Amino acid sequence: MRDASDSTQGTSSRSGPGFNRRDFLKGSGAAVAASAVATAVEETVAQDKDKLPANVVPAKPVPVKLEINGKAHTVTVEPRVTLLDVLRNDLNLTGAKDVCTTTNCGACTVIIDGKPVLACARMAVECQGKKITTVEGLGDGKDVDDVVKCFVKHDATQCGYCTPGFVVATRAFLNSKPNATLEEIRKGLGGNLCRCGTYDGVAHAALECASKKGGK
Amino acid sequence: MAERKFSWPARSEATLIGKDIQRIDGVAKASGQAKYTADINTEGTLFARLLTSPHAAAKIKSIDVEQAKKMPGVRAIHLFKNEGDEIRWEGELLVAIAADRVELADDALKVVKVEYEELPFYVNEADIVRAAHADRTKGLGKNEKGDVDAALKTAAVVHRGYYGVSTISHMCLEPHGSHCQWDGDDLDVHLSTQNVSGTPGQFAEPLEIDASNVTVTSDYEGGGFGSKFAADEWGIACAKLSREAGKPVRLMLDRAAELKIAGTRPSGYADVTIAADSEGKIVAWDSVHWGTAGFGGGGVDVNQLPYPFDFENRRAAQIGISCNTGPNRAWRAPPHPQLCALTQTAMDDLAAKMKMGSYEFFEKNLAFALQDKGPVYAEQMKIAAKAIDWKAKWHPHGQGGKGPVKRGLGLALHRWGGGAGPCTCTVKVHQDGSVETFLGSQDIGTGTRTIIAITLAETFGLPLTGVKVNLGSSKYPQSGASGGSITVGGVSGANRRAAQTALWEIFDKVAEKYKLESADGLVAKGGDILKGKEKICTWKQACSLLGPMGLETKGESSQKTKDGLTSDQVGGVQMVDLSVDTETGLVRIHKFVCVQDCGLILDELTARSQVLGALIMGIAYSLS
Repeated sequence: MRDASDSTQGTSSRSGPGFNRRDFLKGSGAAVAASAVATAVEETVAQDKDKLPANVVPAKPVPVKLEINGKAHTVTVEPRVTLLDVLRNDLNLTGAKDVCTTTNCGACTVIIDGKPVLACARMAVECQGKKITTVEGLGDGKDVDDVVKCFVKHDATQCGYCTPGFVVATRAFLNSKPNATLEEIRKGLGGNLCRCGTYDGVAHAALECASKKGGK
Repeated sequence: MAERKFSWPARSEATLIGKDIQRIDGVAKASGQAKYTADINTEGTLFARLLTSPHAAAKIKSIDVEQAKKMPGVRAIHLFKNEGDEIRWEGELLVAIAADRVELADDALKVVKVEYEELPFYVNEADIVRAAHADRTKGLGKNEKGDVDAALKTAAVVHRGYYGVSTISHMCLEPHGSHCQWDGDDLDVHLSTQNVSGTPGQFAEPLEIDASNVTVTSDYEGGGFGSKFAADEWGIACAKLSREAGKPVRLMLDRAAELKIAGTRPSGYADVTIAADSEGKIVAWDSVHWGTAGFGGGGVDVNQLPYPFDFENRRAAQIGISCNTGPNRAWRAPPHPQLCALTQTAMDDLAAKMKMGSYEFFEKNLAFALQDKGPVYAEQMKIAAKAIDWKAKWHPHGQGGKGPVKRGLGLALHRWGGGAGPCTCTVKVHQDGSVETFLGSQDIGTGTRTIIAITLAETFGLPLTGVKVNLGSSKYPQSGASGGSITVGGVSGANRRAAQTALWEIFDKVAEKYKLESADGLVAKGGDILKGKEKICTWKQACSLLGPMGLETKGESSQKTKDGLTSDQVGGVQMVDLSVDTETGLVRIHKFVCVQDCGLILDELTARSQVLGALIMGIAYSLS
């Protein structure tokens, strides 16, 4: 139940425009890039004209090279663009879902260099040189990942919108903890949300995979 | 020839129905291959972003998008509001901008200039006194039976309490939205909807085109829960942006807008007086309840309280509160969750006041259950009590432990209409034995595709892979909106009827071809046509008799179809054993039991998921 408080009546606004994590991330990305450009200008005067330091990029669309699911992709995007937007809107890899964009729900989970990462909280430009695996890249190319099979077997999906995020999070978790217990699984997958309420299926799917030493 | 009647196979004979059947679209969903509306990226797709009101109440003094039009990548701008228009709740849509990229649309929104004249707002849904002072209340009627005042005077025990549940948002993980693409006057809409058959007209009228020009598609839908039946103003805006830009546009609500404007379950608060005789039989119910369904007021239907009981003396009055908040939408069994919480928490407190156990108190009052469901509830309560070990674990309220962590049991009863929703389908049996069905229904997560495949495969004696289910398009035969409780009944009934009709025709051809006395006793099983245990021919041989056109049959369902394939009016009991840390508020559920009257279960695996999902949503509701 909500508390009755004075903030529920009056004439003041309770939220300001543009104050959210997405803007903050993008804004800070742009700020870093902008200051980087200023630094770069000085450096280019002093050093080689054609060479920017590797971690410096201008705040305009730049080619970004990404290794996703073993394939090289190049997209031209501004440094403030998230990995999630690049995956979904530029590369049509829509398995990672755009649900909260504020790192609350886990629906955009991908694996970067072996670790589960929320793609809404990473700029694409900072993922260069890393190995990115999305849900589309799971499995061995011939057959789907055991995690997917176990999800289907235990009906760990209803509407299915959160499911790929759960699958990737489960795969990453089991890679690091192949013999996980049910309790460990519940904690380990605690960063993903489902509105339909498929948690029991998810936990049992992961547990079955764990019984096969994480599956493959 | 024996009379042919639509019916389900006996449970003992069924090979698929009632078993644990995995979803036929499970791999597509789990592997990320399933394409939802938010995933549609046809070539050249623009991305629309929204400017929403930061004020709960305001008048727009001016709105200026001139600078936004000049921003890089901007292709089209739509104004939802103009100068002089009023804002009635925070999050109301003001401007949509379609641009080449998401971030460019965001940049353009930042230079839109809006001047507001802020107006007083009211958003407190729980405080009826304050709402009355703010002139936001409206009487919404009374519902009365017997003589409540007299009953209260002679009652052995009277309890008065205040109860309530707040407004909650649907929070669909795939937000509301669409992807629109024009080809001349034809409009293709991918819509995140529970209603593909019902939405083309909603697009056509404001766009001034014929409904026949509109195709609505929803192959997969990322949660609706009752909130996705309409094209919505943002859907129309998406189509207009696309028309203006000459390019496809995807417009999904952002998460904040989804929360504020795309649907809520109305709140319900009640001042309840409830009384019983010395035996624990409820003799009077007297309540005034209020809440909000958003700016329009409204709330929990007064005619359904108390729930699911009809006491001999009862009086309920409803007051609606107009809040400057987004409007309500249907939300899984509206408004039964609120009715249940308001009625049964008060009953529980009355039982405690009488020093009676909750179980015994509820049991004693089952005679008042609506639709004479008392005996059903009584059986369900017995099953649930055994599962949760009620007798051993029960203790009176207030005796749940000496420390800060208190443990206790609770129970509640519910009912729901359900039944078969409207559905028409076309089943095609091809000459090569392949089978498919077409219907303008959709899968909202309840496993609609799988249920239909089970129905057809069972009927024709084929494996699940032997049938193809085509749904999710408004160009298919009309099917009702998917309120989850009526879809399975609707689509399974219609497909069973169409399939049995086809099968009888095939049996007649088999009887003629193989010179059988009659088609009586023929069954389709395991890919063969059998008479008793004798194989007459294979399914494929039978279908080859259909000729090059194959066979096409129609099936229908509606609430009025009473041939015994589907039923309605279900009830259930839930019991929970939980602990609350009264210092930190942490709630730990030890066991949650649901005994549910389901009717015929087509897929036990997905039926179980529905029950689990409902329980989990109930937990979320009770904690909000």
